[in-house]
Amino acid sequence: MTDPDNEVDKRISALIDDNLKRVYSDLVQEELPDRFKDLLAVLKAQDAEKNEASGGGQ
Amino acid sequence: MSGAAPDPREEMLEHLPALRAFALSLTRNGATADDMVQDTVVKAWTNIEKFKVGTNMRAWLFTILRNTYYSSRRKANREVSDADGIMTDSLSVKPDHDGHLNLSDFKKAFEMLPDEQREALVLVGAAGHSYEDAAQICGVAVGTIKSRANRGRARLTELLSLDGDSPLEITDNATMAVVAGGGGVMR
Repeated sequence: MTDPDNEVDKRISALIDDNLKRVYSDLVQEELPDRFKDLLAVLKAQDAEKNEASGGGQ
Repeated sequence: MSGAAPDPREEMLEHLPALRAFALSLTRNGATADDMVQDTVVKAWTNIEKFKVGTNMRAWLFTILRNTYYSSRRKANREVSDADGIMTDSLSVKPDHDGHLNLSDFKKAFEMLPDEQREALVLVGAAGHSYEDAAQICGVAVGTIKSRANRGRARLTELLSLDGDSPLEITDNATMAVVAGGGGVMR
């Protein structure tokens, strides 16, 4: 039903994309839960431990 | 020697807000989305050697996340509809004809779309990926992404009863400012 040559449809598509951007950017702006920063810290610490165990540890 | 080249994993944190937004739009459920982001981070971290340095890390993370999502959906295809209760509202949402297209009506309608259409619309319509990037993220042809996005727009048009008489301007200035300043959304 969407005819790309149709002016009305183009305006409607633009409206839809504007709204999509609003919804998405609201989601992106949400504060990132701490669990993800914590998770990255844990992963990093695990790697450091592994490296130490596998070689370099003096 | 570790530390000789910059570790691409250092870059991961900055992509997480976008990754989480993608997860939220895909799952429509906060708890599920966060679990999927968590799984994705662990997979990406432990498979970092599969990431080609210099390519688009955000697209790579999105790919992992959507693969995680679709494989868990296949396992649990009986409980697909456990979105945060929004699906239950009404089958048809209509804008106030005296007013504007209301953002919450838009969200309701959007959440009714099939996963594949929602995903295509988020990637190309909202997150600013090219059709080519979106096709790569989804592992399908560019034409498939285009047709999914078009079908999604057509369905939204129908659900929201949009036509030539619909108010087509956005009047919420606060949100417009956010959108205008939303350069971080683009890669």
